[in-house]
Amino acid sequence: MNNPAPAATAPPPAPTARRTIDIVNASLKRRYAREARFRFMGAAAVFLGLLFVGILFGDIVSKGYTAFAQTYIQVPVYFDPAMLDPDGSRDPQTLANADYLGLVKASLRKQFPLVTGRPQQRELYALISAGAPQQLQAMVRQYPSVLGTTRDVWLIAGADVDMLVKGQIDRDLPEADRRIKDSTLTLVDQLKTDGRIERRFNTGFFTNGTSREPELAGIAGALAGTFYTLALTLLLSFPIGVGAALYLQEFAPKNRWTDLIEVNINNLAAVPSIVFGLLGLAVFINVFGVPRSTPLVGALVLALMTLPTIIIASRAALQSVPPSIREAALGVGASPLQTQFHHVLPLALPGIMTGAIIGMARALGESAPLLMIGMIAFIVDIPQGFTDSATVLPVQIYLWADSPERGFVERTSAAILVLLGFMVVMNLAAVLLRRRFERRW
Amino acid sequence: MNALASEIVRDTGAVSAADLARGGHFSGTIGDITTPDPRMVCREVNVWYGDKHAIKDVSLDIGNHQVVAMIGPSGCGKSTFLRCLNRMNDTIDGCRVRGSITLDGQEIYDKGLDPVPLRAQVGMVFQKPNPFPKSIYENVAYGARIHGLTNSKAELDALVETSLRKAGLWNEVKDRLDQPGTGLSGGQQQRLCIARTIAVSPEVILMDEPCSALDPIATAIIEELIDELREQYSIAIVTHSMQQAARVSQRTAYFHLGDLVEVGETTQVFTNPRHKLTEDYITGRFG
Repeated sequence: MNNPAPAATAPPPAPTARRTIDIVNASLKRRYAREARFRFMGAAAVFLGLLFVGILFGDIVSKGYTAFAQTYIQVPVYFDPAMLDPDGSRDPQTLANADYLGLVKASLRKQFPLVTGRPQQRELYALISAGAPQQLQAMVRQYPSVLGTTRDVWLIAGADVDMLVKGQIDRDLPEADRRIKDSTLTLVDQLKTDGRIERRFNTGFFTNGTSREPELAGIAGALAGTFYTLALTLLLSFPIGVGAALYLQEFAPKNRWTDLIEVNINNLAAVPSIVFGLLGLAVFINVFGVPRSTPLVGALVLALMTLPTIIIASRAALQSVPPSIREAALGVGASPLQTQFHHVLPLALPGIMTGAIIGMARALGESAPLLMIGMIAFIVDIPQGFTDSATVLPVQIYLWADSPERGFVERTSAAILVLLGFMVVMNLAAVLLRRRFERRW
Repeated sequence: MNALASEIVRDTGAVSAADLARGGHFSGTIGDITTPDPRMVCREVNVWYGDKHAIKDVSLDIGNHQVVAMIGPSGCGKSTFLRCLNRMNDTIDGCRVRGSITLDGQEIYDKGLDPVPLRAQVGMVFQKPNPFPKSIYENVAYGARIHGLTNSKAELDALVETSLRKAGLWNEVKDRLDQPGTGLSGGQQQRLCIARTIAVSPEVILMDEPCSALDPIATAIIEELIDELREQYSIAIVTHSMQQAARVSQRTAYFHLGDLVEVGETTQVFTNPRHKLTEDYITGRFG
């Protein structure tokens, strides 16, 4: 009786304690509902984003995949010596300058003797691409023995026939609304029944430069231009960017001037790329006389554009290297430069490379600044060096997208596919390099 | 003169005119700051981090073949003082050092003196084991490589082996010298760092709480090692553990809020502290 009541039999907890748990329970439902709403919005946003990406890819692939095939028509060609080599000398010069267009036309007339009259014959000639004479010329140059014989030659089909075979032209439209006349339709159908029409993998798309004729246009020139431009961009921007980051982060005094420089580098990363193109035009071309339309000037401009990205990424990577490594190196008597190059830089390299590859991927997709320095020119020849006139893949896509011909639509999409492929490869490389060089400390 | 000044036992509460001029903090250290055979001599060293006065008029000798322990509560400036001895504070922005520190009579804060060779003479072992993310061999060989201390691969191999033996690590790692140094245990890593330091044959080794990240067994091994190293090197060690200071050092310096309060033979400081602050700290009344 002298002991106070034990805790177990104590009166129920004070009313204030009960009320706290009630209040919590009452608000709990509302709090969870809010969380559920947020989760739903997040998931919906991700779904929507994936949906749009899916639509984009579906559209590009469905439009572009046909460009990887090309229609060929088999034509028996009699390599008439009287026409190609009238004096019988077999002189390469004479053979090169012979009338191959006439040869194509003559062969077609022979294959379809029923087609008469100039307009009908013009339609007949349109079956075959304007590139066919070059095809025959190359054949004669390589094998002069074909002269005087008749060979079945697969010639590249004209763009309209190509579109028809790929199903891009609707046969059921009235003739007046259609690119292909009824008479051509019958010719194509006849070729089909004869087995003289065929679709093959379009190697020309990867080996030809651009062309006015869609069936002859390829991305080799743009690819070569892109390669030269990006290689030089990397060569210029990587060492300069890493050097600048190293100096600013590790060596430069921290004062108002370096603060100003840092702010400006961050701002430069956000400057519209076309401004860099204007700078390239004004400084590199007009003042220093760098030849325009070349990978050289393109790389200079893209390097300027990429530098801020590389510098910012490199500084962040350098900053993340623990100071204990610097102290360790300085402590055994390494000079500051040795400390940086032997220890800090190798540890920062994965981050630096990621930044550099992201910068390069951006440069790969850039077209606006290159328009300002003349890389939009129509260039058929494949560039062979840094000072040849060239264009790059995004600009090529832009040019083709502007062309009205039906054949360029599929080629535009195909070129976009190639560009996206390169982007994926580069980003994959960034991830793999990161994994490969990442070290723990 | 300095020895004389340091012998003065300060009256509690009495503030001299000089103290007032310095802003009221006390001056003068109890005990003998000198040693008969000093390797490094520090006189009236002051350090500022920006506006913060981190070290105030500290004078201390680092004796030859002797271990000097620096103890004191956190933020008392003992690590800062240690880092002055091989100019590691140079790397910190806004850090200013005044006063005189000499190594074998050579003023190390001379304008013309290059800190790079100085750090080869005054090596440092840090609080957290910080081996380079390279192989064990490369960790030890690095200093010799950059200074060009060896002429052949065989010499370098020999140097790596001697250094690892001195650090008591050879038997544990001799079969895996090409494995990364970061793969060792904490205590082994710290001994690797010691091997890396002694590979460049320094005269003085500075240790900044070398055992604070280690377990008691690894700590005991390092402490034994310190005692062995004393025969060849002069050692200054900062530690939070008073038992450690008592075990490994011959002289002990007690720091408090940037002042060097008391210096003396380790046994004397721990058994018979002369200053109230020292006594309070080592009896565990604060710290």
